[in-house]
Amino acid sequence: MDKRDVIVCRCSDLTLADLEALFNTGYKTFEELKRIARIGMGPCQGTTCGPIVRSAIHRRFKEPIERIPLHRARPFNIGIKLGAIKEAADDES
Amino acid sequence: MGTEEAVVIGAGPAGLFAAYELLLAGADVTLIDRAAQAGGQLVKQTHKFFGSKEHYASIRGIDIRHRLEHALEKNGDGRLRTLYSTTVAGFYADGALACVKAERYYRLHPEVVVVATGASERTVAFAGNDLPGVYAAGAVQTLMNEQGIRPGNRALMVGSGNIGLIVAYQLMQAGIQVERVVEAADEIGGYQVHASKLRRLGVPIETKTTIKRAFGTNQVEGAEIWRLDAKGEGIAGSEERLTVDTVCLAVGLSPLVELLSQLSVDTRFIPEFGGVAPVLDETYMTSRPGVFACGDVANVEEASTAMVEGRLAGIHAAGYLNRQIPRRKEKIQALETSLRTLRSGPASEHVRKGLRKVGEHA
Ligand SMILES: Cc1cc2nc3c(=O)[nH]c(=O)nc-3n(C[C@H](O)[C@H](O)[C@H](O)COP(=O)(O)OP(=O)(O)OC[C@H]3O[C@@H](n4cnc5c(N)ncnc54)[C@H](O)[C@@H]3O)c2cc1C
Ligand code: FES
Repeated sequence: MDKRDVIVCRCSDLTLADLEALFNTGYKTFEELKRIARIGMGPCQGTTCGPIVRSAIHRRFKEPIERIPLHRARPFNIGIKLGAIKEAADDES
Repeated sequence: MGTEEAVVIGAGPAGLFAAYELLLAGADVTLIDRAAQAGGQLVKQTHKFFGSKEHYASIRGIDIRHRLEHALEKNGDGRLRTLYSTTVAGFYADGALACVKAERYYRLHPEVVVVATGASERTVAFAGNDLPGVYAAGAVQTLMNEQGIRPGNRALMVGSGNIGLIVAYQLMQAGIQVERVVEAADEIGGYQVHASKLRRLGVPIETKTTIKRAFGTNQVEGAEIWRLDAKGEGIAGSEERLTVDTVCLAVGLSPLVELLSQLSVDTRFIPEFGGVAPVLDETYMTSRPGVFACGDVANVEEASTAMVEGRLAGIHAAGYLNRQIPRRKEKIQALETSLRTLRSGPASEHVRKGLRKVGEHA
């Protein structure tokens, strides 16, 4: 199996080969991977790649799967235009 | 501020029933769903439900939805506001909900919130998994059953839980040849009735087998499956090529906890519930007072249990608002008994195990 053909995070276009290279550099938690590679920051906000990354971490570092945390989600979970937020703020004040 | 009394996020079976009980208790309810209509997963389900009469057995999912909406309107008495095509995009620490409809953004400040956002489909990692033609089972159902579009002509189904079996059957009904159903585990995951229906149509179901890769230039032109050894590793030399243009993944669902995660409520990884799930007390309240959760977002299960959990969460949320409910205790007891009955069968063993785990740590 060519790991470059296995997509792990389709939103940020990260393959299994990319992920394992990051593991080799020392990144091993979802939060770290998120900051370095934007994994989990795409339109799906990690709902697609989260479980896949968790099992990759599990296989690589042999940690029990229930102890591997994913990331803390933050607002917003969809894209919103700044103009729309400004309009709402103007209405509220 | 508390501009809204009760907000229910998600108008699937759990959310609809939570809204129903809140309305019965006299509360003002705002029901939000990002879809254009109510129903959640029910909208896609053209098959007849299993289970007991009391829980809509032998009625089709889509028809259950109509009954529920009707019941809501009847009891709403002008106190129900529905916001469809509206996404709750953020849940802030101060309790505010950020809502988005088309280009419009606004915030709500509810006194209580019932989160009933359901689950999201999982996928698996294999070579070629980004090729057009690789779908999650829910997407295939949306295409076929809601939009009337054929996803392809020949399909491989990955996963033999009830969803995999039912969607494989629906593919056959739509004239799409299902070449194979593969299952990584030792046994078929779903009910025998569904598996038998497929077998009668001549669809082979293979256990201890999974997809190795999908191939094709611009879209799926074929797939390779292989057998798994006792450790779950692929056995070299056991590969078999199938000519398919569609690979359908039905490998399970995880609770859609993103909003609860934004709010930082306590969660736990419970494999039996589908993944990370919120920690709830016996009133379906999360670690954040006034925020309740029910249905698949709490524990990936079934529409029947989601409906009962929705009612219980609705009653408790009304209690939190100090709304009086006649014969409240009896009502709660009856619903809890009904949940236990629904979960008494062998197919619910994993749920009982998950609940025991939660109980241990409660
Ligand atoms: C193929 C298949 C067959 C099934 N067959 C059966 C069966 O025979 N019997 C049975 O009992 N169960 C069956 N089920 C299971 C059942 O459909 C689910 O368990 C049930 O729908 C869960 O209900 P719910 O209300 O928790 O979530 P859902 O029905 O998933 O509803 C969640 C709702 O929340 C909305 N939402 C999510 N996030 C947001 C947000 N941020 N903002 C606004 N809205 C949001 C979604 O749009 C959705 O409408 C089946 C499921 C599938 C997929
Ligand atoms: S798949 Fe990784 S953020 Fe969507």
